[in-house]
Amino acid sequence: MSGETTPAERLAAFLARTPYIAFLGMRAELAGDEMTAILPFSPHLIGNTLLPALHGGVLGAFMEMTALAQLAVITGGPRPAKTIDVTIDYLRPGRAMDTYARAEIKKAGRRISSVHVEAWQEARAKPVAAIRGHFQTPTEG
Amino acid sequence: MVKPPDFISAMTGPLDEEAARNMVTRTPQTQALGFQFVSISEARGAIRVPWRADLVGDPETGVIASGVVTTLLDHVCGLSIRAAAAVPQGTLDLRIDYMRPARPKADLVADGHCYKLTRTIAFVRALAHDGDPDDPVATAQAAFALIGGGA
Repeated sequence: MSGETTPAERLAAFLARTPYIAFLGMRAELAGDEMTAILPFSPHLIGNTLLPALHGGVLGAFMEMTALAQLAVITGGPRPAKTIDVTIDYLRPGRAMDTYARAEIKKAGRRISSVHVEAWQEARAKPVAAIRGHFQTPTEG
Repeated sequence: MVKPPDFISAMTGPLDEEAARNMVTRTPQTQALGFQFVSISEARGAIRVPWRADLVGDPETGVIASGVVTTLLDHVCGLSIRAAAAVPQGTLDLRIDYMRPARPKADLVADGHCYKLTRTIAFVRALAHDGDPDDPVATAQAAFALIGGGA
């Protein structure tokens, strides 16, 4: 745990240091220790123009970045965690609109953390996708 | 009648090499990521994503973000299903294991294989590598619902 920075500072630092997060256009807001990640709709995120629908990979990537952001908020090291594995469940088509996600850290281990994330659009109770993943805690120094 | 855009016939029509190339390069997200068509053969497909500074996950290492690998693997799974003469409706689940970081500034290539089709479901394996398919960066296992399968 970092005693020198606030959760908001750690979140801002994580979002700002990752070029791919800017590519997605992802943002995040913090209410106490609860973070909500936001993926504003943008035409370049579309994977199926016929429906239209967000690319499934984009939803998976957004949720993975949400997990990494939440880990950065609670652990606060200078380096981001590394993804070991993720299992993505696709529940509903991701429509051409803003998407939100929240992560739940099931276990924050010294070496490995387990995180679940759910993403939704119109209603939190109707998630569009979810992931479970394991993430390796970065070694300090 | 307006001719449907290339990417739509690429998603539903017969998959010749031109349709496969369109499927890889003509959707907005794959275009934004710079995906390049590599090859198709029976139930198999391959896609390349060239390294780019704005796709990096950790600027200290210069390695392409794992999120890019997710989209690459998802897309190559869809391509290999089309190469197996089926039409994917959407991904049901996708499991990705990250074996090791890619080399800094390395392009990535993904190979997919649709090894089993049922009436409703396609089962696919894929891997992403940065030069040597025997030393993959990531491997994936996915199930897709098929159009016309009633899923």
